[in-house]
Amino acid sequence: MRRLALALLLLGATAEARESSFALMSPETQAMQREDSANPGMLWVEEGRALWDSAGCAGCHGDVAGMRGVAARYPAFDAAPIDLAGRIAQCQEARQHRTPFPRESEEALALAAVIGLQSRGIPVNPPDDPRLAPALARGEALYRERRGQLDLSCAQCHDANAGRHLAGSPIPEAHPTGYPLYRLEWQGMGSLQRRLRNCMTGVRSEPYAYGAPEYVAIELFLMRRAAGMAVETPAVRP
Amino acid sequence: MARVLINLPRTARRGEVIEIRTLIQHVMETGYRPRADGSVAPRDIITHFACLYNNEEVFAAELAPAIAANPFLSFSLVAAESGILAFTWTGDNGFEQTETRSLTVT
Amino acid sequence: MSSPSLSRSGIERRALGAGLLAVVLARPARADRPGLREAVLGFTGGAEPAEAGVTLDIPPLVENGNTVPVTIAVESPMTDAEHVLRIALFNERNPQPHVVTARLGPRAGRARLSTRMRLATSQRLVAVAEMSDGSFRAANADVIVTLAACVEG
Ligand code: HEC
Ligand code: HEC
Repeated sequence: MRRLALALLLLGATAEARESSFALMSPETQAMQREDSANPGMLWVEEGRALWDSAGCAGCHGDVAGMRGVAARYPAFDAAPIDLAGRIAQCQEARQHRTPFPRESEEALALAAVIGLQSRGIPVNPPDDPRLAPALARGEALYRERRGQLDLSCAQCHDANAGRHLAGSPIPEAHPTGYPLYRLEWQGMGSLQRRLRNCMTGVRSEPYAYGAPEYVAIELFLMRRAAGMAVETPAVRP
Repeated sequence: MARVLINLPRTARRGEVIEIRTLIQHVMETGYRPRADGSVAPRDIITHFACLYNNEEVFAAELAPAIAANPFLSFSLVAAESGILAFTWTGDNGFEQTETRSLTVT
Repeated sequence: MSSPSLSRSGIERRALGAGLLAVVLARPARADRPGLREAVLGFTGGAEPAEAGVTLDIPPLVENGNTVPVTIAVESPMTDAEHVLRIALFNERNPQPHVVTARLGPRAGRARLSTRMRLATSQRLVAVAEMSDGSFRAANADVIVTLAACVEG
């Protein structure tokens, strides 16, 4: 693996035009994402729609359609950088005085999916909030930092070698545009944080705990990097 | 209750062949997967699907553990008369769910 | 929701399980399972199916063996007099040979079925159709499964 990775690095090239991993998928997997009636992620969207009412979100927010554009401008700043999942949990905790659905629970993913869907097709639009600057810089540093037994940074795979193959899989540019999404490998729905954990264990490094500020920082950087690309939630990935 | 997505036209012309797509949320645990503690996760799958059109079966399927999680099935039927389509999934551990949709035939 | 575990620890267990699944799936079929041919002949009651009139559509190169789209179509007018009764799909190297068996008839209008299956490893698949005149027809396909790069566990 290490030798393979190093060989890849020597061939390094940089990606210019940005491209979603959607473009790298087989026509069959693309069709699964493109057609709502074939997209298993829509099952979580339906669950989210039901929860929107049953968990009391509609009482304050009205129709979920009012969340249009929201997912495209997270993470945001509210005392600290906060991602969309954190924001939903905050509403439950601070405004509804209940225990929030745990991160990565089916309920949390379902709510994030139905909110994310309201922004499908809308360009990623990171907030221009100067208070986010330190976290953004931290996110970029984490992205460029070598980690794990394989001593690889995110950038080495996703910038220098995007489009090349790693053990049969094409290396994508790592855009966060489709989350939460249905990954065939997971046989279920998952968040960007779950995906980042996969890449961290992939280079044999210890992933951060769910909800760690490091993930929010990386997400901030990835969203900035993907500014202008269309939100795809709920995407499908291999 | 498992979430279900059923896609079919609301109306069809008499004699028209329509396509139906169904998705249901289910883990489809194979019965072969070892868990962290070394034991094998017991099988938990949907074993049977049926589509009844005005109470008459038009399509049915027996599913094995080789069917992917969140089973997808697509099939067709002839729009004969207006009525009710009933979709039933049954499986291990008493799993049973029925959804109905109406179809108007003109 | 059908998924039983909603807790964080449940997720962790499932995550670990997913990693193990990849390993288990990559193992070749168990020695004690019936072979592909036996499974097909079990379905046909010993009759040799004709290799005609059936289309088995599956990508030859699969990105992830957990969810592989497959479509089976059988040439038939689907009339009362002449139609398809059953369509079955069998595999060569999963732990069990059976994938799905559909029962249909003239009211289906078209003898066509799509689903998504699991493929433990690269292997051969056979689709068999039972026709209303008692004959059997079949088609086969070979599939290569590549493994995902960054998986859990
Ligand atoms: C008691 C009223 C109340 C309830 C109930 C409530 N929220 Fe909120 N929510 C608010 C307020 C107030 C804001 C802040 C509005 C703002 O900043 O524009 C907010 C903000 C949000 C935002 C961020 C919107 C943005 O534009 O950035 C999201 C997402 C959200 N809520 C989701 C939910 C979800 C999901 C639920 C149900 C689990 C929920 N809320 C329940 C009052 C509520
Ligand atoms: C060894 C190469 C490698 C490294 C290092 C790596 N990744 Fe990945 N990453 C991949 C591959 C390959 C995929 C495609 C999915 C697959 O098949 O595993 C991927 C997928 C992703 C995706 C999903 C994109 C989508 O469209 O959903 C994101 C986001 C991502 N990586 C971010 C990161 C971050 C952040 C890091 C650093 C912490 C990182 N990756 C480190 C190889 C790598």
